[in-house]
Amino acid sequence: MKRLLASTAVMLALVLPAAAQDYIPDPAAKPGGTITITYKDDVATLDPAIGYDWQNWSMIKSLFDGLMDYVPGTTTLRPGLAESYEISEDGLVYTFKLRPGVKFHNGREMTAEDVKYSLDRVTNPETQSPGAGFFGAIAGFETAGPGGLSGVEVVDPLTVKITLSRPDATFLHVMALNFASVVPKEAVEEAGADFGKKPVGTGAFKLAEWTLGQRLVFEKNADYWRPGVPFLDSIVFEVGQEPVVALLRLQKGEVDVPGDGIPPAKFTEVMGDPAQAARVVVGGQLHTGYITLNVTIPPFDKLEVRKAVNMAINKERITQIINGRAVPANQPLPPSMPGYTEGYAGYPYDPEGAKKLLADAGLAEGFETELYVMNTDPNPRIAQAIQQDLAAIGIKANIQNLAQANVIEAGGAGTAPMIWSGGMAWIADFPDPSNFYGPILGCAGAVEGGWNWSKFCDPALDAKAVEADSMFDPAKSAERLKLWSDIYMGVMEQAPWVPVFNEERYTMKSERMGGEDALYVDPVSIPVNYDYVWVKQ
Amino acid sequence: MAAYLIRRLIQAALILLGVSFVTFLLLYVLPADPVRQIAGRSATAETVENIRQQLGLDKPFFVQYARYLGALLQGDMGRSYLQKTEVAELILSRLPATLLLMLGAIICELILGLTMGIVAALWRGRALDQTLMVTSFVNVSAPQFVVSLLLLYVFAVKLGWFPIGGYGTFAHLVLPAVTLGILGSGWYSRMMRSSMIDVLRADYIRTARAKGLTRARIVLRHALPNAILPVIAMIGIDIGIFMGGIVVVESVFGWPGIGQLAWQAIQRVDIPIIMGVTLVSACAIVLGNLLADLIAPLIDPRIKLR
Repeated sequence: MKRLLASTAVMLALVLPAAAQDYIPDPAAKPGGTITITYKDDVATLDPAIGYDWQNWSMIKSLFDGLMDYVPGTTTLRPGLAESYEISEDGLVYTFKLRPGVKFHNGREMTAEDVKYSLDRVTNPETQSPGAGFFGAIAGFETAGPGGLSGVEVVDPLTVKITLSRPDATFLHVMALNFASVVPKEAVEEAGADFGKKPVGTGAFKLAEWTLGQRLVFEKNADYWRPGVPFLDSIVFEVGQEPVVALLRLQKGEVDVPGDGIPPAKFTEVMGDPAQAARVVVGGQLHTGYITLNVTIPPFDKLEVRKAVNMAINKERITQIINGRAVPANQPLPPSMPGYTEGYAGYPYDPEGAKKLLADAGLAEGFETELYVMNTDPNPRIAQAIQQDLAAIGIKANIQNLAQANVIEAGGAGTAPMIWSGGMAWIADFPDPSNFYGPILGCAGAVEGGWNWSKFCDPALDAKAVEADSMFDPAKSAERLKLWSDIYMGVMEQAPWVPVFNEERYTMKSERMGGEDALYVDPVSIPVNYDYVWVKQ
Repeated sequence: MAAYLIRRLIQAALILLGVSFVTFLLLYVLPADPVRQIAGRSATAETVENIRQQLGLDKPFFVQYARYLGALLQGDMGRSYLQKTEVAELILSRLPATLLLMLGAIICELILGLTMGIVAALWRGRALDQTLMVTSFVNVSAPQFVVSLLLLYVFAVKLGWFPIGGYGTFAHLVLPAVTLGILGSGWYSRMMRSSMIDVLRADYIRTARAKGLTRARIVLRHALPNAILPVIAMIGIDIGIFMGGIVVVESVFGWPGIGQLAWQAIQRVDIPIIMGVTLVSACAIVLGNLLADLIAPLIDPRIKLR
């Protein structure tokens, strides 16, 4: 190792942002107390290689740690189990120095072997991890199997070297994903398929109780390696609670945070009552709701038609349907995502102009098409608004109201001319603009079963995306974001989507919950960042 | 009797086989891909294919069904696609809650239904009878979702007499049991009423009346025991009626039973759980009906099992 470091004298030592390392938890915070969070559905799994829904994502985050992490309440990367890291000049080799003395919940000390084991495990096809694809840049990913990943090497007990097959500017974000959490081999092997129910990590909390279908209890990890946190003694997750019921219980003081949020039917009532509204924290979300226009199905193969649809949709009115819980969108990226193009106006709402475009395309008489939509409120109502807007320019859209899985199926198969994405819309996995491209707008997603429901594939834009993602050097970050901004502007020129709105997050909490508002709209931990919140009294 | 039992058990096995086949077929033709649900949206095509192969979902329908059935006969209901937990464990951990809720509901519907039926029969044709019968009609037709939310709002939120959903104490059981019981009481009150009216017309009641017995003694000692038996025998069939209601009621009240499990599994296209819950409830219905038929001759010797 020494030899290697010495020979590659041009090693790019990265100075980590000091502010990021020194996140100061709330000085007023008091340790102790128990909070109650409710959910409608039972928790699927707490295995970090498997868990991939908004319910278990933040739970897993509190039980496990990865090499990288985020500054609470922000999208800024900070080191996690890695104390520091170095990136080679060609951007292909990442060397992580691990924090010494970190213990798993079972008392054993975490080492570089565990990091390798965890990455081998998540990329092994037998694990069936939905997140395996995120690690595609690691060398040896294609041949990953029981033998492990050739690109991940243990240098010494506290050093891991990861070699990539191509530069990947998002790699540090990938290492902050739950899928990259470090797990102890012996605990995984002992639990087998039940590891998701018997999780053992290094996180701020450990699982103390799980009564299937009823409740989970997380207990404070007294040996947590970050000093001073967590504040809470324990967290009780009660499952099987309808959102409306959870809200009633919150009003009675029995619940601290309803995990499924404020039910739409109660939203106006809650926000209209100053006492309740004061306990709601509003924040941006890395989310965009959009309509896909399938470019392989006529007449959406004509650019004029796609532009006309973009100009026909009254986005203001659609945000009113969801009680203004969103802001109208004009581009694929949400405003809180780095790379968002400020000052871009998007297509104006202009039904007359839209009619002209249709006439130019030889469709002055309009046409008939189908709009697929997921059948849970408010999506059918939004689809009706879209239907009316389209009718105004002569397009007759028949609504296909289906269960989520069926819409996804039709979208993947490419048989749906138009899809309103509500209920299945894209929420970023990590705060980087590239995450909104590949699977949903790039050629890679435009395959049978892919999530690119427009089947839009522009090789020139794909090439630019590859270029942007190879700009791993943080010094070039601004340049890279500019390139991404250009890519999304290129997408908008070809209009495969109608970006409709960006949802806002509304987290409701009980009076006794403490900690800054940012922790309650944390872009990564939803609904709250459990490690840093605390209770008064 | 033994021959009858054997025949009925064979029938039951055939019914269960049929249910398993139809459910499996419906889930197979469903245009929703469970693999896509497991793989998530960021999965590559290879990941999706790899998961499909590991679960054997790339095989033709009959191979998949034969495999499922083969495992089932060895007592293996498989593992949940998403939770990876054994289906048998998931169902067993939730079964006590559902059984408790059913017991509560049965007690509740008997008390409500029988009282309404008896009173209606005694005041037959009068305003009270008509009011009760309209009520029972409403009880049968009222959507469980509405009834449960209404009860929850009035008795838990406004009056605060009961906890707002959940599981654990007797107080938690009351509202969900009453919700289900109200539905059942509709059937029971009507059956009890007609059964009671039949009995009151019988000769031995006229004799009792001629002997100069008090009205209370005639009703309680002579009419009721005879009128109530055929109604009680219906309990076995109740289980089937409850199965539909349980999905709704358990979801609203946060009752951790198999109805809630089924509802969540359907939303996630978690086929092993859907199959498991369907078969367990089908078993319960078949056994319940069998039990009702076996009890019938004990109550009424005129009924012969053949």
